[in-house]
Amino acid sequence: MATTSLGMPVKFYQVGSFAVGNRLVDPALRSVQSGQERANALTSGHRACQGCGEALGARYVLDAAMRASQGRMVTVNATGCLEVFSTPYPETSWRVAWLHSLFGNAPAVATGVAAGLRALGRDDVTVVAQGGDGGTVDIGFGALSGMFERNDDVLYVCYDNGGYMNTGIQRSGATPPAARTMTTQAVGAEPGNVFGQGKDVPRIAMAHDVPYVATATVADLRDLEAKVTHAMSLRGSRYLHVLVPCPLGWGTASSDTVKVARLATESGFFPVFEAEHGVVTAVRHIRHRVPVEEYLRLQGRYAHLFRPERRDDVIARLQAIADRNIERYGLAGPVAALEVGPVGRAGALIEEGAAPGARVREV
Amino acid sequence: MLQQVEGSKAVARAVAACRPQVVCAYPISPQTHIVEEISRMVKAGELPGCEYVNVESEFAAMSGVIGSCAVGARSYTATASQGLLFMVEALYNVSGMGLPIVMTVANRAIGAPINIWNDHGDTMSQRDSGWLQLYAADNQEAADLHVQAFRIAEELSVPVMVCMDGFVLTHATEAVDVPDVGSVDAFLPPFVPRQVLDPDAPVSIGAMVGPEAFTEVRYLAHRRQLDALTVIPRVANEFAQHFGRTSGGLLHPYRTEGADLVVVALGSVLGTLQDVVDAQRSQGVAVGAVGLTSFRPFPYDAVRTALAGAHRVVVLERALAVGVGGIVAADVRTALVGTGVEQVTVVAGLGGRPITTASLGAMIGDAVAGRLPELTFLDLDHAVVDRELGRI
Repeated sequence: MATTSLGMPVKFYQVGSFAVGNRLVDPALRSVQSGQERANALTSGHRACQGCGEALGARYVLDAAMRASQGRMVTVNATGCLEVFSTPYPETSWRVAWLHSLFGNAPAVATGVAAGLRALGRDDVTVVAQGGDGGTVDIGFGALSGMFERNDDVLYVCYDNGGYMNTGIQRSGATPPAARTMTTQAVGAEPGNVFGQGKDVPRIAMAHDVPYVATATVADLRDLEAKVTHAMSLRGSRYLHVLVPCPLGWGTASSDTVKVARLATESGFFPVFEAEHGVVTAVRHIRHRVPVEEYLRLQGRYAHLFRPERRDDVIARLQAIADRNIERYGLAGPVAALEVGPVGRAGALIEEGAAPGARVREV
Repeated sequence: MLQQVEGSKAVARAVAACRPQVVCAYPISPQTHIVEEISRMVKAGELPGCEYVNVESEFAAMSGVIGSCAVGARSYTATASQGLLFMVEALYNVSGMGLPIVMTVANRAIGAPINIWNDHGDTMSQRDSGWLQLYAADNQEAADLHVQAFRIAEELSVPVMVCMDGFVLTHATEAVDVPDVGSVDAFLPPFVPRQVLDPDAPVSIGAMVGPEAFTEVRYLAHRRQLDALTVIPRVANEFAQHFGRTSGGLLHPYRTEGADLVVVALGSVLGTLQDVVDAQRSQGVAVGAVGLTSFRPFPYDAVRTALAGAHRVVVLERALAVGVGGIVAADVRTALVGTGVEQVTVVAGLGGRPITTASLGAMIGDAVAGRLPELTFLDLDHAVVDRELGRI
C-alpha cells in the first residue's frame, strides 16, 4: 500500500486527466513538473499556439529526460513547429544544449552527436532527438531507420500531430484516414485523407528490434514522464511516439487539447503501449471506452463526417481501426485496483524495488 | 617517407594522421577506397579515439558529421558525384553554421547519363555552397591538402572540400610522401570549436533567423571566405616549412614568364598540361599555365597578377554550365575585367574522356593562331552530334 512520508495510507484523488494528484504522493514519486528543480527545458515565452500539444509534450519529455540524466543531456531538433516557435533569433526558449540542423536529418545528426561524444570520452552525456511526424515518419524516415538499425545511443521522440502543421496543415504519412488537411480536403466522394495509407512507425520501430519503443499522449503526462524516465535508463536506440493534438490543424478548442488526446486513447484510436526488443511488454488499458465518434466530434478536421450529412460509413471505418487496435494490443483489459502496491499514477504500478521516478508498469 | 601508394590510400592515411574523431561515410565510386581504408584502420585499432559510422546515405553522412562536429569532435567524410548532390541540403547547413568539416570529393561526372568517370561537374555545382574548394593536381598534393584543410577549416570555422580527380588520382598508384602523425601533430593543433553543444554551457545552435539579421549572417560568411584568401597561402607556407615541400596555396603559375598565352586549369590535367607547355616552349611557343588550387574562395587578385603578362588566356574546364559554357571562366573573366586580355573557354574531359597531350597541343596551336572560338568542346565528335541534331 502506498503511504505518505509520515507512513499514512495514501488516499488518492483524481483530476480530470486521471493523473494522481502529487500532494499526497511520496515525494520520490512526484511528477517532474511538480518539482521546483525541474529543468524548464522549454521555458516560457515561446510562440506556440494556445493549447499546443507539442509544446506541452516537449516540455514534459525534456524535463523528465533532464531529471533522468541529471542534466547530462544534449538535444537535436528537426525542423518544424517545435523548432520555429522556440528559436526566433535572437531569442530561444531552450534551457538545454540544443541543435537544429534540417528537416529530414535529426536522427542522423543525433547519431553523429552520439558518436562525437563517444569519441570525446563523454559517455556521461546522453542524446535526445525530437521531431514532428513529418520530420519523423516521412522526410526523416530513412535517417530514423538507419539510426535504429545501427542501434545508435539516442532517444528519439516523435511528436505526432498528424500532419505538416508548420507549413499550414498538409497531409503526412501520419495523418489518419478521413482527416481534412489542405492537401486532403473535405471535397469529393471520399472527403479527407484516404483510407489504406499511412505509416505505423512505432510498429516499424519494433521491427528494428530496438531496445525500447513506446507510445504516449499528452493526456497522461505521468505516463509520458515515466516512459521517458525508463527510456533514459536504457542505452541504444529508443523511440517514443507521443500523440500531441494541434488545435490549429485539428480544428479543436485550445482548451480541449488534453481532452481530445484522452479520447484518442479511450476510443482505442491511438493505442498506448510499450515494447522492448520488438515485443509488446505493457499496454495502457482503456478505462472508460468511448465510441470513436466522441473523439471525432470535437475536431473540425472531421466535421465533414457529420455535416451536411452524416457519413456513418466513414465513421464505421474509423471505428474499425480503433477496434483493431483494441484487439491487437489487448487494450480492453481489466483496470487495476488503485489500492495495490506503491502507486505512481492511477491504474499503474511502480515496479518492485524500482528507483524513484523509475518506470511505471500497467497491470 | 616516400611510398608507392594508391591515391585513395595516401589520402586515407593523411586524414588518419590528422586524428579525426568521427568519420561518417557512405560508399560511392570513385571515393570508396578512401573510407574503406579509414574504416579498416579504425577497426584494426590503428586510429584510436576515432568513431567510424556506416550510415545509410550521403545525406546521413553529412548530417552525422554535423552532429559530431557540433559537439567538438574533428569530423571527416568523403563522397563523389551523385553522393555530393544527395547531401547538398546538409552542405549548405554546414557552411551556414560554420562547422569546420573536411570532406574529400573524388570528382566524378553527374548523371544522367550515369557515368562514374571523372570530371568536375559535381563540385562545380556546389560553387556557391559556402564551402572552400581546394583542387589537387596530383596525389602528393591531395594528401597534403587534407592536412592543410583541417588547419584552414578550424582556424576560420568554415568547411573545406578537397577535390581530387576520381580514378585519375584516386586509383592511381604513385610515389607519395604521406604525412605522418608526428609531423602532423606539430603542424595541426587539436580542434578547439568556436561553439559547442555542451550540457555544461547550453546554447541553442541552428536558430531561425528572419529578415532582420539574415543578410548579416550571410555577409559574415562571405567575410570568412575572403579571410581564407589570406589563410590559405599562409597555411601553405607553414606547411612548406614543416614538411619541406610545396603544396596548396591559391594557385600555381607554371612558366608564365613571357608567356603570350596562358592556360588556366584545375586538377590532375595540370600534369599533362605542363608536359605540353614544356614541349611547346621547346619549339619556341610562348605559352604557360596557371593551376588553380583554390576555386572557392576565388583568388581574383592572384589570378589577375598571374595572368597580367598574357595576351590571351584559355580556361580549360572539366565541367560545363549547360547553356552558358565555362564555370571557372566566368570568374577568370571577372578577374581580368579592364585588362584587355582575350579569353576563351575550352570544355574538356567530361565524363572521364582523356585529355591528351595531342589534343592540348592542337588546342594551344589554335589559340596562338587566334583560331579558338569563344567556347570549344575539346575532341567533340561532330559526326555524332550533327546526326542527332539532324533528327530534331
